[in-house]
Amino acid sequence: MKAYHPIKSIHRIILLICGIALLAVIFLPIWRIELDAAQYPEGLELHIYSYKLDGQVEIINGLNHYIGMKTLHADDFVEFTVLPYIIGIYALAFIVAGLMARRKWIYILLAAFLVFGIVAIVDFWFWEYDYGHNLSDDAPIKVPGMAYQPPLIGYKQLLNFGTYSIPDIGGWIVITCGLLLCYCVYREWQFSTNKI
Amino acid sequence: MIALFGIATTFEGCKPKGAGSAVSAGAAEKTYVAPGQYDEFYNFVSGGFSGQLSVYGLPSGRLLRVIPVFSLDPEKGWGFSEETKPMLETSHGTVPWDDLHHVQLSKTDGDYDGRWVFVNGNNTPRIARIDLTTFRTAEILELPNSGGNHSSPYITENTEYVVAGTRFSVPMDGDDSDTPINTYKKNFKGTLSFVSVNKDNGHMDIAFQIETPGVNFDLSRAGKGVSHGWFFFSTYNTELASTLLEVNASKNDKDFVLAVNWKKAEEYLKAGKGKKVSNVKYAHNIYDETSHTSTSTIKNEVIVLNSAELEGLCYFIPCPKSPHGVDVDPTGEYIVSSGKLAALIPVFSFSKIQKAIESKSFEGEFAGIPVIKYEAALHGEVEKPGLGPLHTEFDGKGNAITSFFVSSELVKWNIKDLKILDRVPTFYSVGHLMIPGGDTKNPDAKYVVAYNKITKDRFLPTGPELAHSAQIYDITGDKMQLILDFPTIGEPHYAQAIRAEKVKDKSVKIFKLEENKHPYFTNGESAAKVERNGNKVHVYVTTIRSHFTPDNIEGIQMGDEVYFHVTNIEQDWDMPHGFAIKGANNGELLIMPGETQTLKWVPDRIGIFPMYCTDFCSALHQEMSGYVRVSPKGSNVPITFSVGTNQPTDTQ
Repeated sequence: MKAYHPIKSIHRIILLICGIALLAVIFLPIWRIELDAAQYPEGLELHIYSYKLDGQVEIINGLNHYIGMKTLHADDFVEFTVLPYIIGIYALAFIVAGLMARRKWIYILLAAFLVFGIVAIVDFWFWEYDYGHNLSDDAPIKVPGMAYQPPLIGYKQLLNFGTYSIPDIGGWIVITCGLLLCYCVYREWQFSTNKI
Repeated sequence: MIALFGIATTFEGCKPKGAGSAVSAGAAEKTYVAPGQYDEFYNFVSGGFSGQLSVYGLPSGRLLRVIPVFSLDPEKGWGFSEETKPMLETSHGTVPWDDLHHVQLSKTDGDYDGRWVFVNGNNTPRIARIDLTTFRTAEILELPNSGGNHSSPYITENTEYVVAGTRFSVPMDGDDSDTPINTYKKNFKGTLSFVSVNKDNGHMDIAFQIETPGVNFDLSRAGKGVSHGWFFFSTYNTELASTLLEVNASKNDKDFVLAVNWKKAEEYLKAGKGKKVSNVKYAHNIYDETSHTSTSTIKNEVIVLNSAELEGLCYFIPCPKSPHGVDVDPTGEYIVSSGKLAALIPVFSFSKIQKAIESKSFEGEFAGIPVIKYEAALHGEVEKPGLGPLHTEFDGKGNAITSFFVSSELVKWNIKDLKILDRVPTFYSVGHLMIPGGDTKNPDAKYVVAYNKITKDRFLPTGPELAHSAQIYDITGDKMQLILDFPTIGEPHYAQAIRAEKVKDKSVKIFKLEENKHPYFTNGESAAKVERNGNKVHVYVTTIRSHFTPDNIEGIQMGDEVYFHVTNIEQDWDMPHGFAIKGANNGELLIMPGETQTLKWVPDRIGIFPMYCTDFCSALHQEMSGYVRVSPKGSNVPITFSVGTNQPTDTQ
């Protein structure tokens, strides 16, 4: 009897490819918030990377001062310091899991990846909540009862701005890696239940 | 009585129908550009005595912009801001107006390249260059030894030269120019200036001037293709009259077209045949979009070539009755000149002119310049075309369209067989006409536009002073069809049109703050300050929606000269801010994102002076204001400045 259950080659390949793809995510935009208004037919975009904010940050900051929202600065977020490392660790974990090819390891990897996803989404939501609710008392425009929390994902109208929050290329890679990992785990689980 | 009335009404019925019926079906569809859609062409239209250049969209006729060139424009701070004042400097001091007649888009290989537009100032002879990335005047060059710069700023097929000529001959500049007017024939000279254009940055320089007899140069065109290397100028007043020209300059049966071999001129220049003249004075003004400032430099030297002394440089070609336009067809072979008092249009052939020069088929000399025999240069004459031919443009399909001032019409004719193909009325008395690319090697002959001198009943009346007008005709079919009327600014003379694609994507949206090299640039709100230097006070102001920094300023005294250096720190497209202060004997500023502009203000009394943003910038535009306190001279009120911190102290 073997000391461990090896996984199928196809799953090893998938894991290795996912690992490399996750490394690329460090340098790609993960999430994007698109803003549309009558005065901005060309739209405004905020791109969130693992290590920085990009897009028309200054223009969005300028507009947000009307409603008293804090200005966005990458330096204010500890996430931009740690996130590249966390993604790097997960990328390595995928590669190691692919190389070692042990069934048990990919179960653990899936669990860890789900934890990462949930923590990231919760963190993002709190971040949006904070910016949308903690508004300056000196705001020139105050609408009673109005908060400006962007949607976690999808569309929301915030005063004159239509706000779309959607994954960017890096985000789609992370989601795809998660789905592929689920697929691998499911197939391996099937094999294990059939054999035993 | 009744019989008489009957006769009158019968005759009334014989009169041709009015202008209204001249509009063809489908005109609306051809000119309708739906809201939010773009026009096919930018049409750069001279503003005549407004001194400015207007930009219309074709085929909609919508006014897109008025570019200030030679005249003050308080709307844009042109000539009011410290940065733009040098642009209107001349050797005569500040000249805040001119008469802008002609428009030339820069060319490469004989086609528009969409880089610059050149325009002329007729009154105080100048040429200006407009940059098509910013739609702003980038350079103005004054011309010495000149009066009435009319035959300008026509350019060669690779923008090697922009020319200028003297409509009003004058004595050459200098001490001897104080001479009796009736010594015209002896002392008055014409000059043709060849202004070189730097290929990289467009900067202009007078390469040389050609001194000619004192005829009046009216218009000009460069040769192209086969005739590249030559330039053609129409002349009138070969009678050399200096009074009552209406009569005295209309006596000769034929005046001249002057053919200039500018390649030959370059050879003579290289060989040192030019005379260096240093008793001239002319201004050269350049605007820099990085420092956001302009400079005016007075120059004192020009090289003059003599048309009578240098063989092979200039030839006269007789042309009937005071020719106006002289236009070269897309191949460069045919030169059309219109005697504005003649009843025909002569068409000259470049190859025949060359043969005539070779075989010396001259009928004599005029002021030392050979005169080619009329028949030796002539391709043929268009007979009975209309009355008062002025200008000709080409459709690139072998046809020409000529404008007729007196008979108020456009006439289409074939260049080869000189047969008339079509004619349409204009409303009224057309001057220049324009086909997009109509002076290039490859005309884009979809429309012809007539720019008219008389408007009368075409639009709702507006008192005695009416807008001039333009008419667009569809020329894609055999018959020219009127499809739109539109009013213009000033008086439209020549105009040119270029496909929107060649210009629109190069348009600058903002100036980058990090590239701002203005000496009084304020790099962010934290750098805003007020500095006193003797009686000069420099205020470093920033603007961003929706406040000035600083917006409370105290410590200004009577006798001070205050300079508001306003930097618009927005970096967002279409987000200019304005700046104005009460009582300034000046205009306003209109500052584009990333730009710095300066308004000079000399307070005339003590008190509190509001300043505010003049361009509705945001929902809180009305709040974008501030106060400046002016105290008596020698007051002990210190210089202070702030934004948001100078809270009210009298709380009762």
